[in-house]
Amino acid sequence: MVIKRREFLQVGSLATASFLVPKFLKAFEGKNMVPLGNKVLVILQMSGGNDGLNTVIPYRNDIYYKERPRLGIEKSKVLSLTDEAGLHPALSAFKELYDDGSLGIMNGVGYPNPDRSHFRSMDIWHSGSDSKDYWTTGWLGRYLDAQCHGCDKPTYALELDDTLSLAMKGEEAKAIAMKDPKRLFGTANQRFFKEVMQQHKDELGEQPVDYLYKTLAETVSSADYIFEKSKFHPSKAEYPKTELGQNLKTIASLIFSDINTKVYYVSHGSFDTHINQQMQQQRLFTEMSDAVRSFTKDLKDNGRFDDVLVMTFSEFGRRVSQNASGGTDHGTANNMFLIGGNLKEKGLINAMPDLTDLDEGDLKYKVDFKNVYATVLKNWLAADDMAILKKKYDYLKFV
Amino acid sequence: MSLANQVKNQHLMWRAGFGPAVEQLADLPQFSHKELYKALQKASSKKPEYIDVADDFLKGLFAGIDEVGRQERRKEMTEDERKKVQQKNRESIKSLNLNWLRVFVNTDAQLREKMAFFWHGHFACRNLNVFYQQGLLDVIRRNALGSFRDMLHEVSKSAAMLNFLNNQQNRKDHPNENFAREVMELFTLGRGNYTENDIKEAARAFTGWSADLKGQFVFRRFQHDFGNKTFLDKTGNFDGDEVLDILLSQKQTAKYITQKIYKFFVSDTIDDEKVSWLANRFFESTYDIGKLMEDIFTSDWFYDEKNIGSKIKSPIELLAGIQRMLPMELANQEAMTFLQRALGQILFYPPNVAGWPGGKTWIDSSSLMLRMRIPQLINDVDEFNVKAKDDDDQMMGRKNQDDGDMMKGIAKRSVIRATIDWKQYISHFDKINKDQLIGSLATNLLQTKTGVSNDLIKQYVDATSKESFIRSATLQLMSTPEYQLC
Repeated sequence: MVIKRREFLQVGSLATASFLVPKFLKAFEGKNMVPLGNKVLVILQMSGGNDGLNTVIPYRNDIYYKERPRLGIEKSKVLSLTDEAGLHPALSAFKELYDDGSLGIMNGVGYPNPDRSHFRSMDIWHSGSDSKDYWTTGWLGRYLDAQCHGCDKPTYALELDDTLSLAMKGEEAKAIAMKDPKRLFGTANQRFFKEVMQQHKDELGEQPVDYLYKTLAETVSSADYIFEKSKFHPSKAEYPKTELGQNLKTIASLIFSDINTKVYYVSHGSFDTHINQQMQQQRLFTEMSDAVRSFTKDLKDNGRFDDVLVMTFSEFGRRVSQNASGGTDHGTANNMFLIGGNLKEKGLINAMPDLTDLDEGDLKYKVDFKNVYATVLKNWLAADDMAILKKKYDYLKFV
Repeated sequence: MSLANQVKNQHLMWRAGFGPAVEQLADLPQFSHKELYKALQKASSKKPEYIDVADDFLKGLFAGIDEVGRQERRKEMTEDERKKVQQKNRESIKSLNLNWLRVFVNTDAQLREKMAFFWHGHFACRNLNVFYQQGLLDVIRRNALGSFRDMLHEVSKSAAMLNFLNNQQNRKDHPNENFAREVMELFTLGRGNYTENDIKEAARAFTGWSADLKGQFVFRRFQHDFGNKTFLDKTGNFDGDEVLDILLSQKQTAKYITQKIYKFFVSDTIDDEKVSWLANRFFESTYDIGKLMEDIFTSDWFYDEKNIGSKIKSPIELLAGIQRMLPMELANQEAMTFLQRALGQILFYPPNVAGWPGGKTWIDSSSLMLRMRIPQLINDVDEFNVKAKDDDDQMMGRKNQDDGDMMKGIAKRSVIRATIDWKQYISHFDKINKDQLIGSLATNLLQTKTGVSNDLIKQYVDATSKESFIRSATLQLMSTPEYQLC
């Protein structure tokens, strides 16, 4: 294919300057699209601590309405799923996915000794550590470490943002963060950076500066690689003009190419609804629902829905009782959405939270999020979950 | 050898301070590193001035705390008042941040402030009360080169730390072990040198340690557990101070602190022999930090080639270092908080109680690209098209409100709008002829063994005049991977 050859030459000419030859380019030489079955994980982070009880609503539970006289979602408005659970009215796309058998809901996900500060709890979710430990690498970063030990594949994981999350930082390997494939490093000094890179004589990692040059080389070659791939089969579907909508469109375009990316990471928020929760959550959910609807439809239309798993999470849920400002305060356990055409467990995967059994007004977790990670790593990404999570966690059955 | 002197002195300035200043350019090749260190010590010997930037509204409120009953005052506050207090605190902490960063750039007491910067990461603490933050900052700046023992006791009794580590909730009938755990794991012994039982027992000793709303330490005796505790093989009815002293009596504490200091000031690669020599002397001196730093900075091995240019500058070191060499006025101060945020190091907002991990963790593709763009951003050639991540802890659900919050991801102005005062810098290179100019600039700016090729830099300079040549070459040299190291 002509386009591939041109692309190979261009990336190759940049990469020759470094000691890193992008092996991944060779792997796909002469092939067309990614073979079906090439599994992709999309993480959707709901930043700020989404209120899970107003997301998957126990709409037949009196305690719920008693604790939330102002904030409880009216029975008649809830998008009913089962006799006891329904979705927030703004999550209509999620209801469609549920009806379609492509949505799984995991309730009561959390971890022992929960922390109620955003940054700390987010750290715990990102690193996959226990709450008493401070790890400086993320679980997806360590996935990169494990998957491509000593190889040059920073594009295995991509974050749709300008800065990289802890989750995506490994010991050796780090993912690439980019908002727009067109300008991964959009800067007036771009040519200078490339030439600086080319003139560097590497001493096989002997000098401290070699690490910076390695990162620079990876950035430059990844930027061009991602850009080329994004043009290969760009999505033609309509997406909402929101940030999340556009990010998911970029992800879809990359999934339709033969890029080597296995993990995409995107954030949406802020769900920190201490005040005026109703309005804020309504707006964020509407955006999320519209974007996810376009995304999943696009994947289906292009025959890739079975190969994609979307997983949502938030650093914590919120307290069962509403507060005095029309909002909710930081809580603990929360639900996660799992979306894909290939789920082994669908609908409500486990029981709704027990509102009669609280820990000082907070939900008790029933599933450790590390079990979810282990399952995704092992069963979806075919990775060594024990090496990555540094411990054995039992697998769940949703994939 | 003047060149060797210069490199060594620049090394000392980068490690014992925030980089060489333009005012020092002429002196750096002249003096020996021992002479320079003496001068640094002298400049840092004075007691630092308390930094007070708290907003007047908060000060009024603060002054009134005693008159009105404490709890009452709090209850009386309306929702709006509470919000205002939070917002004023945030703004004041932002001023504190920018203020301290300016101290790093401008102070003669480089050694003291660099040391305080180290302790700021060691005694890492997030707290949204500006008075508490100012109090803790004063503790570490005053004791930065003094006795680690004094500092540990003072920090442990600071309102900022007691609050952050939940010791306010540590009561006899309901112990909270957070403070006791972190004191051992992160402030003194390091992991693996105590048992879970030691934590339980130490927590009992710290029960009743609290602070009032003014930030003064209070011992609440009715919440204190006066019973016997067995801690690190000693038994007695210890209180918190005694537990801290037992921790200090362990040589492991000296070793742990020395290791951390060695990593921060000398090299990411620990040299066991040197650390153990330093730690012994630190322990024998009953934790005299000034002496420990003198041991390091006057040793020959500190100036070994393998230690020079081997550390990745932290974002704060990078930002302060550029400004020390190129004095500048920043019309858009926001830019400095934005850059801290986007590069991953915001003063007064450490990622967690373990502080900033440092080293290679500073570098990923996006942070490296942004770092290399800073000189161009300062020069207004490039514009911000980068967004930092939001911080929900700081924004408290106000993402869409515009209240001048430093935690907001987007820089309000797309450019830094810096006015660099080039005069002194340029005049230093007056007598150097054009052929040697890039080499000379590079020696001043880069600490790495090998640099960027002079020919390459030459292609990117503005050669219309000697001044423009110096200016543009300097900014390009600062835009290299080499400049990220010190």
